[in-house]
Amino acid sequence: MIGEEHRNRGVPYQEGRKPVELFHSVNVDWLGKKWYFLAFSMIFSVAGLISMGWHWAHIGSPVPLGVDFRGGTQVQVQFANPPEIARIRQALDTAGIKGGTVVNFDRPELHEVLISLPEQTNERALDTGRQEIVNALREHYSNPFNASGVKVDVVGPTVGHQLERQAGLATLYSLLGMLIYLWFRFQLIYGVAAVVACFHDTLITVGAFALTGTEISLTVIAAILTLVGYSMNDTIVVFDRIRENLRLSRREPLPDLVNRSINQTLSRTVLTSGLTFLTVLSLFVFGGQVLHGFSFALVIGILIGTYSSIAVASPMLVAWQEWRSKRGKAAILPAAKRSRV
Amino acid sequence: MKKNLNKKIVLIVAVLLVFIYGIFRVPSGISGKALMEAMTKNIHLGLDLQGGVHLILQVQVLEAVGDETDAAAARIRQDLQTAHLTSSQIYKPDPTKRPEVIVIEGTNPTQSGSVRSILDDKFSNEYDISSGAGESSFTLTMKPTVEKTIEDKTDQQAIEVIRDRVDTLGVNEPEIAPYGLGANQILVELPGISDIDRVKAIIKSTARLEIHPVIGGPYPDEQAAMSSLGGTLPPEDEILQGSGTMAPGSEGTSYYVLQRVPIVAGSDFRSADPGTDSNTGQRTVHFTLTNEAGDRFYDYTSKNVGHSMAVVMGGQVKEVANIENAIRDSGEIRGSFSEDEVEILSKMLRTGALPASLNYLEDRTVGASLGADSIKEGVTAAIVGVLLVMVFMLVYYRGSGINADLALFLNLVILLGFMGFSGATLTLPGIAGVILTIGMGVDSNVLIFERIREEMRAGKAPSAAVDQGFAHAWTTIFDTHVTTIVSAGILFLFGTGPVKGFAVTLTFGLAANLFTAVYVSRVIFEAHLNRMKPGQLVSI
Repeated sequence: MIGEEHRNRGVPYQEGRKPVELFHSVNVDWLGKKWYFLAFSMIFSVAGLISMGWHWAHIGSPVPLGVDFRGGTQVQVQFANPPEIARIRQALDTAGIKGGTVVNFDRPELHEVLISLPEQTNERALDTGRQEIVNALREHYSNPFNASGVKVDVVGPTVGHQLERQAGLATLYSLLGMLIYLWFRFQLIYGVAAVVACFHDTLITVGAFALTGTEISLTVIAAILTLVGYSMNDTIVVFDRIRENLRLSRREPLPDLVNRSINQTLSRTVLTSGLTFLTVLSLFVFGGQVLHGFSFALVIGILIGTYSSIAVASPMLVAWQEWRSKRGKAAILPAAKRSRV
Repeated sequence: MKKNLNKKIVLIVAVLLVFIYGIFRVPSGISGKALMEAMTKNIHLGLDLQGGVHLILQVQVLEAVGDETDAAAARIRQDLQTAHLTSSQIYKPDPTKRPEVIVIEGTNPTQSGSVRSILDDKFSNEYDISSGAGESSFTLTMKPTVEKTIEDKTDQQAIEVIRDRVDTLGVNEPEIAPYGLGANQILVELPGISDIDRVKAIIKSTARLEIHPVIGGPYPDEQAAMSSLGGTLPPEDEILQGSGTMAPGSEGTSYYVLQRVPIVAGSDFRSADPGTDSNTGQRTVHFTLTNEAGDRFYDYTSKNVGHSMAVVMGGQVKEVANIENAIRDSGEIRGSFSEDEVEILSKMLRTGALPASLNYLEDRTVGASLGADSIKEGVTAAIVGVLLVMVFMLVYYRGSGINADLALFLNLVILLGFMGFSGATLTLPGIAGVILTIGMGVDSNVLIFERIREEMRAGKAPSAAVDQGFAHAWTTIFDTHVTTIVSAGILFLFGTGPVKGFAVTLTFGLAANLFTAVYVSRVIFEAHLNRMKPGQLVSI
């Protein structure tokens, strides 16, 4: 029977149609390429760090901060006619408003402008900034606009600091929680390798924000925490396979086993990343300006998260193993017990 | 085996129906428009999708504490006078420092015993009393527990008052609650508001009406006022400016020296109503006092005929009146108020005065049009994302792709149903969470299907391959879902409104996915396997 023939050949799919299948007999030596990966990661990390240093020198924070953390007043105004930035600036000046910045915002046909005022230390007067802007525009600039503003954010220093603290704590607890969970489900070294990979991802993503000058707001922090979760996921899939293979084959040298595990999960990895990337790309393209920073973080994060499971976490496992046996210690991962290093 | 399968299918269909109900409840019709209406009514939208105002206010509780000690100082003065015990000064040495301290100076050492017993009798519950050098002065320090109690009470009162005021605005589903991130902070969220300035004025208005004894004035400027006092301002006095709308005959730009502690203030007023002066046609405010305050007012005015008193509102002197005879509990203020001021004042007095003033810490407003745009953009992105994924699954996994797409669809229904049942808020990042759930949810299917393909390549029969596929993939699916849900949980704990919405949809979506990707997919596979002829192959 045709079915049996197919089964014998190991290709048990419906006859007559070639399956759409990528990666089903891949055999790449991932660990052999680890120096290329390291170079790649270092280039982007260093580029990111340099950019962050530049930002720090110029604006006092490593990345441009959104009004959530920077504090201050930010008013998004929509005009009936195309706005002229220079004249708006002049209007603010005439009204005696100091330190305001004016930029075009979102698609040009919306005629929207973002006006920002720096942080007010006097919280009693927190709200006056917005009123002053509205008055200034009304009196000195003749373009009609919606007086309640399309979007207004006024953040005082108290709340700004609270939000910073919250964001920092959330990140810390997140990583800690995952470390503990991985320690519990696997072994500590797996947890450490995965957390290092996550740090790597966060660094490169934040570096991307610095390089492109995109603002970091609260929702961006949420996106970064999500991509940390995603990168964890990806790493766990590879680690799960490594753990399973370790149980089955105790004679295989660890690097080979890790390579094989990666190759086995490669089709799943590329597919899932590809699909999630597609959905996040859809968000980036169609999701609008409000979610722009958020979707940007996810777009970068998903690519880097996938990369890091293969290029950072796995080599770390192997390197740790080799380091331990070089120093004559007992191997942590069962495979190396009986294999040569 | 088939009967088992039927039971499972019934369960799945039941779940589907239950959650569809959660999304729409009972819609008025089946047309697209009716369904959309039912859905938007049922699923609570966040401010960033509805439009509205989000405020974080901080109650200046220390003001209330200060008021309490002011009142205590006044009572001490009264009590000592009634007992004919002399004292030269009763004041607060530094009103800005904590804890609150009242100092009584210049008491007669021979009377110190009686003074002490009065103080102990009436004030020892709230204050620690100590005597100063030579028994000629006493210091009362407010106990920290008492201060805390006043602060908490002030917070609660402030929330009540704000709630009442928001009620008068007629906002649909406002939210007013203590804000957890800091001390004495209140969150106010008002969906659908368009006139933000008016709302904020009404909420924040302290509109505290006070009547103070006038020590001196009018002076043309602050320096003149100071020099009349000999260059330093005694702690029991304050200098206030007259407002520009004072009654004709008084100069609006004058300064007055007033006694800091008012005769009557704030909640002593029972009502204030607009009136018109019959002679000048000016707008006036006719007020009434509570009984207890009326007594105090009568007491003061009867002893101080010929002196002046000032009506103060919002830190400005509204009117200075000569006390011509004793006034008990009602009177008229003639300083001309604007129409807004009168209206706000009467509203304030009706709903109760704020126990302390409020500072705005955060103010975010989203216009309704932006909210609608955000919904449109979010939903477009979601639909595009879902379509891309569904098409891909069909192309790559063929027959099994239908399986994955069905599971995905059910996943979305359960997720939205969860939102409808729990009343959780859907925010714009929440929509992004839905989109992310789609991507991560389909991961589970990919894991399972890849495993199944692998098993079949290794030569296993279809049903065995399916079994193995699900078994092996389960641990990985579980691990990945738990880690992401943990991370979402932390985001929920530490995040603010929109971020919380994201954490909620992500969590619900992944939880639903555990059900659909594993249980439902399995059932669909089994149903298909049952109907396959021997030797037929799985389309995957």
